[in-house]
Amino acid sequence: MSDNADQGRQALIGSGTGGGLTLRQVRTLFWLIVAAALAWLFIARWPEWLDGLLISKKAFLSAILNGLTLAGLYFLVASGFTLVFGLMRNVNLAHGSLYLLGAYIGYEVATVTGVWLLGVAAGFVVLAVVGLVMQILIFRRLEGDDLRQTLVTIGISIVAADLMLAVWSGSTYQISPPDWLQGAVKLPFATAYRSNGSVIYLTYPFYRLVVFAAAVAIGLGLWLMLNRTRIGMMIRAGVDDRAMLAASGKNVHLIFATVFAIGAGLAGFAGVVGGSALSVAPGEDVRYLLASLVVVIVGGMGSVTGAAIGALIIGLSEQIGLVYFPTYGVVLTFVIMVVTLSIRPQGLMGRAR
Amino acid sequence: MSIARRTILALALAAGVALPAMTAAEAETLKIGVLATFEGAFTVLGEDSERGALTALDEFAHKAGGKDIEFIRGSSDASPDSAVRAARKLVEQDGVKILIGPLSGDEGIAVKEYAKTKPDVTFINGSSAAQDTTFRNPAPNFFRFSTDGAQWMAGLGTYAFKDKGYKSVAVVAEDYSFPYTQVFGFMAEFCKAGGHVPSKSWVPIGTKDFSSVIAALPDKVDAIYVALGGADAVNFLSQYQQAGGQAPLIGGSITVDQTVLTTKGKLHDVLIGTPSAGPTADTLDTPEWKAFVDEYKKQKGAFPSPSLFAHAYYVNAKAALLALNEVKGDLSDGGKAYRAALAKLSFMTPTGKVSLDQNREAIADIFLTEVTQGPDGALLNKLVKRIPQVNQTLGIDEAAFRALGTVSRDNPRCP
Repeated sequence: MSDNADQGRQALIGSGTGGGLTLRQVRTLFWLIVAAALAWLFIARWPEWLDGLLISKKAFLSAILNGLTLAGLYFLVASGFTLVFGLMRNVNLAHGSLYLLGAYIGYEVATVTGVWLLGVAAGFVVLAVVGLVMQILIFRRLEGDDLRQTLVTIGISIVAADLMLAVWSGSTYQISPPDWLQGAVKLPFATAYRSNGSVIYLTYPFYRLVVFAAAVAIGLGLWLMLNRTRIGMMIRAGVDDRAMLAASGKNVHLIFATVFAIGAGLAGFAGVVGGSALSVAPGEDVRYLLASLVVVIVGGMGSVTGAAIGALIIGLSEQIGLVYFPTYGVVLTFVIMVVTLSIRPQGLMGRAR
Repeated sequence: MSIARRTILALALAAGVALPAMTAAEAETLKIGVLATFEGAFTVLGEDSERGALTALDEFAHKAGGKDIEFIRGSSDASPDSAVRAARKLVEQDGVKILIGPLSGDEGIAVKEYAKTKPDVTFINGSSAAQDTTFRNPAPNFFRFSTDGAQWMAGLGTYAFKDKGYKSVAVVAEDYSFPYTQVFGFMAEFCKAGGHVPSKSWVPIGTKDFSSVIAALPDKVDAIYVALGGADAVNFLSQYQQAGGQAPLIGGSITVDQTVLTTKGKLHDVLIGTPSAGPTADTLDTPEWKAFVDEYKKQKGAFPSPSLFAHAYYVNAKAALLALNEVKGDLSDGGKAYRAALAKLSFMTPTGKVSLDQNREAIADIFLTEVTQGPDGALLNKLVKRIPQVNQTLGIDEAAFRALGTVSRDNPRCP
């Protein structure tokens, strides 16, 4: 079926370009051109007209870098969300609350102990335990009942939001990362040239680069765990066919609990890391829930690679939208979602079921 | 059969719930709706506004016009539809005849439109400060005893140009009617004095990551005018500091308000010395203001000094209660006499005299301020100058002021 469609498309492209190029070659060529254009935009000295079009090289480069770091943050939150969904068919609408709770706990621990890394660790560990408890006490009882699970998670998110408001009030908190993570670094991209010929390089907050690096590392770690370890194999098997996995004698509940704990822990971790880059305030829970929903819908439910691609697309489009068309920037994310849903309803990396 | 029985049971239950409520009403309790943002990016603002309203209620010992007064909370998240939803709930379900609120600019315009459909209910503003809540197409039953965002900027444009020597300023503000009004008020004076505003960045409410916006700010400006509120202001300011921002700042009224100045974290360095203007000044040295601060501080969770939201809700709640005293709590004529009393009302607030113009918009004193560090390390708005009795047209003839057009992203302009 899909082979036929592919051949049809190849025939179409073949007739258009005069033959010779396969679909794959066209795709590779397209991405090569995009990569080359991006590299040129980063390295070259911009001509006047381009400055006029894109405000300035500094603004453009910052938007791209910010998009990448934001994508890192979105990926951390969404990867847990997508894993839980893929395995348990459980749309955990309290996932945003886990992010916010992690941020508050990280703030408290970091403030009391004075050690930021302890705050990060606490955010992960405490939330992993919270996730475990939620899975054991609540979701296990509602197994297979998708609608009820969804409603219960909405309920939990509302109650949690009000409880957090009662404890931490509506004030905005800022978690200060340690000094060695602060400050700006010079990146080897020239943004402007002084009249005497000296070059001004782009400076960028070091902490944000660390966030991005952490997201990449965790993404790689998750990928390795899923594709190279035994438990990963079981998780993938569970995503594909839960009943068959259970029938072959594996303890499905243990796997579910592990995945839920990892997902919740990652949300808490992202809360502390994100709260240090930006800030912590009520309403963040809904924001990150919405972001991870969009990321996961675009990327494909249940796929970690999809979450990474979705996060990249959403993070970049949000930042570019904010700089170049702020009024309609908010709409852009949803346009992407609508287009994805209409062309590939299962998401970019999702599999049709 | 069982359905019919269940219905009867439900009806009986409903009657049982409703009856005590009705008897309570006979015991002369008057409910007033208080609508503020207890959710979303402006939560901290909503919390402080409630403290202001409660301060007024405590001052009247929970009685006005011979009746016990009870406040009912309505919550919105700063979006106009949530404000109308909360207002409808208060008016149509709880049956309030007087509603105080809302908090934010777009909400004010939406609630004003809703007010037109409920002529028997009296709407008194909370702290929303968009110009067109009262200036264009006003509702006859919407009153505002707090001034608007353009009035709050009185004196700041001239001060920035003449005293601070800023000739060109970039603007970063949220994308809705209140910041439009604030920017309008600032630029009205600043452009007239000869200043230029080469770039304006409008960002959505609830923006977290401002670093791209900061990177896109032009390098060749003398200062940056920031009109952001609550969590947005905190995010912008801390990221501006992280990015090593050099240009000095000029603050919108709510950007350097207590709701932002009390943030946990280190914003001190970027904020100290920032000029601003608004309806309050923390270091105001009058006995009325000091008495108000003392009363305000008795509320739970109070800031070291009341924010302008607490002040605005206090003033509006006080007006509501004073007018109730005047009509002896009688709203039986659909509130006509009550609204007539409100329109004529003129009274002393902690920040001086307030009275209404023909559009039911406040005329009151405005304070030019500068952020400074208090003796205990807390940030305060130091009074620089008091501008007496600013009206909505900023002293300009009304026809000429109307000709300036509706405030928007592009109006006014002076690149």
